[in-house]
Amino acid sequence: MNRIDQMFQKKKGEILNIYFTAGFPELNDTEEIILALDRAGVDVIEIGMPYSDPMADGPTIQESGSQALKNGMTLDVLFNQLKVIRSKTQIPLLFMGYLNQMMQYGVDRFLNACVAVGIDGLIIPDLPVDIYELELQEKIEKSGLHIIFLITPQTSEARVKKIDELAGGFIYMVSNASITGAKSEITNAQLDYFARINAMNLKNPRLIGFGISNHQTFNQACQFAQGAIVGSAFIKHISQHGNALKNSIQEFVSQLRGN
Amino acid sequence: MHYSVDGRGFYGEFGGAFIPEMLHSNIEELKSRYLEIMEEKDFQDEMQQLLKNYVGRPTPLYYAKRLSLHFNAHIYLKREDLNHTGAHKINNTIGQILLAKRLGKSRIIAETGAGQHGVATATVCALMGLECIVYMGEIDIARQAPNVSRMKMLGAKVVPATSGSKTLKDATNEAIRDWINNPNDTHYIIGSVVGPHPYPDMVARFQSVISEEMKWQLKEQTGSENPDIIMACVGGGSNAAGAYYHYLDEDQVRLVAVEAAGLGVDSGESAATSVLGTKGIIHGSRTLLMQTEDGQIIEPYSISAGLDYPGIGPLHAHLIDTGRAEAISITDAEALEAAFLLTRLEGIIPALESAHAFAAMSYLKYRPEDVIVINLSGRGDKDLSTYIKKMES
Ligand SMILES: Cc1ncc(COP(=O)(O)O)c(C=O)c1O
Repeated sequence: MNRIDQMFQKKKGEILNIYFTAGFPELNDTEEIILALDRAGVDVIEIGMPYSDPMADGPTIQESGSQALKNGMTLDVLFNQLKVIRSKTQIPLLFMGYLNQMMQYGVDRFLNACVAVGIDGLIIPDLPVDIYELELQEKIEKSGLHIIFLITPQTSEARVKKIDELAGGFIYMVSNASITGAKSEITNAQLDYFARINAMNLKNPRLIGFGISNHQTFNQACQFAQGAIVGSAFIKHISQHGNALKNSIQEFVSQLRGN
Repeated sequence: MHYSVDGRGFYGEFGGAFIPEMLHSNIEELKSRYLEIMEEKDFQDEMQQLLKNYVGRPTPLYYAKRLSLHFNAHIYLKREDLNHTGAHKINNTIGQILLAKRLGKSRIIAETGAGQHGVATATVCALMGLECIVYMGEIDIARQAPNVSRMKMLGAKVVPATSGSKTLKDATNEAIRDWINNPNDTHYIIGSVVGPHPYPDMVARFQSVISEEMKWQLKEQTGSENPDIIMACVGGGSNAAGAYYHYLDEDQVRLVAVEAAGLGVDSGESAATSVLGTKGIIHGSRTLLMQTEDGQIIEPYSISAGLDYPGIGPLHAHLIDTGRAEAISITDAEALEAAFLLTRLEGIIPALESAHAFAAMSYLKYRPEDVIVINLSGRGDKDLSTYIKKMES
């Protein structure tokens, strides 16, 4: 069974998914960050494949990606760094990146490499549902990887249902109409949207992301979904704690969870 | 028309809408409404009236006698430089602002390279009393200063794009992000035939007035609607799309796309997408673009801010891929020289973008009897400091 499904079977709430950009702050931090997040009790890790033109991301993630690319990160380097990761941890691992990266690498080659290193799922924000069905569904389903789709407050009910049919692993609920970036509060309109989707009884679990940055917003998200995704706030944190990376990650996760 | 967009938003294998879910409802609204709104009588009436009395259309088709003698051909200039605000860009912004009003939008955003599209957007926003925010690369803000001042005088807010190459590509990223953050009240006026479907088709339709006029003007002046060759510069490709539009299915009319080679196609400092590009996705569209093996978009370079873009619109990718259009690339130095040639022979100072199209005459294969239309997409006022530097060197 896919590690993401195993995780959701075991754990029903308070799930914490942390995003980091591969190759940031230093090119070879990937393994250290993954293992430190695992030890700190994170449930899922989203590995960002740095991209030159990340249109769904805010300045924090974009800048970390530019730095990672300057550091020399490429898909081949990343796959190499992950070659032995599965002998060290069984935490579910996702790749987050843009469709052009996958297309240029070659879809088959990319999926094979993901399976070989033990990636469990993909988040590709600029892959629309109709293109997925037409060009990728068959291949991705065959690979055993889960494809994680986004929904937003603007996504119609019919479309949410359709996405729920196609998605695997979980549904990524974008908390607000926005690009990624840490905001500190959740508004009433957002809470209404969380409750509305919660009442739909979707077959996939949901994690709420974009703007989850501290214990309070993490808690609020957990009331309406199985958990939350934290990206920009984590990137900000590690850019301030470059050298003391390992210890600071434990501290960051404890503060988020509030223990 | 077999070069027009299909039901899924593709030109052959190019085009589509590769957008994050956060943009889905905006793009869907536009896709489901743009044709119906554009066909409404009151929309057409208002647009035609503005194009005539505000923009100054039809623009002349001018037989360039001395230039023709120089190159031993029959060269006609489509004078888009004589439009209000000085370029073809306003054909599109007039159309899109009327559309935005009918969609009930109150806030307008745009990206700009040379600043011509930014000025054209700020202009129609002033005309309609709508809020206007223009994203512009930091480098372009420096090299197109007069247009930045014009936008500000027109009441627009100019926001510098500071990521990546700090030019048109990055300004477009910032505009897309703004739209994601403001999904309800905002319309994004894209300035070229790029971006997710329906933008390439919509912008091409608004620019198609160029070739619509060319048809009757050529008929009047040469006795035939069809020229032998139409030549235009291509950044994203909107002025070229407009100049080609009504000739796409006239296979005997040769279509020539002129790209910016920058310091030279092989110099590493270029924007010649049809030569250096491969199939990929940029700004929500599958098209030809300059990228690394790893799919990272390469930062382009051209002296001309309007051509400094690493992709081309999906229609042009399709035209080039199928052989319907030919591509020629022109260096900075060649474009500068052509700007002076046109100025001295015809008394017309062209925009640096348009100057590329004239420089291509030196590479074009033609017969002396050929009727050639060059789309003079804009005037050179904004490039005066570059021209002054050239005169002083
Ligand atoms: C005068 C002029 N010509 C051409 C262009 C290039 O755009 P497009 O290829 O969309 O016509 C620009 C863009 O700024 C411009 O200002």
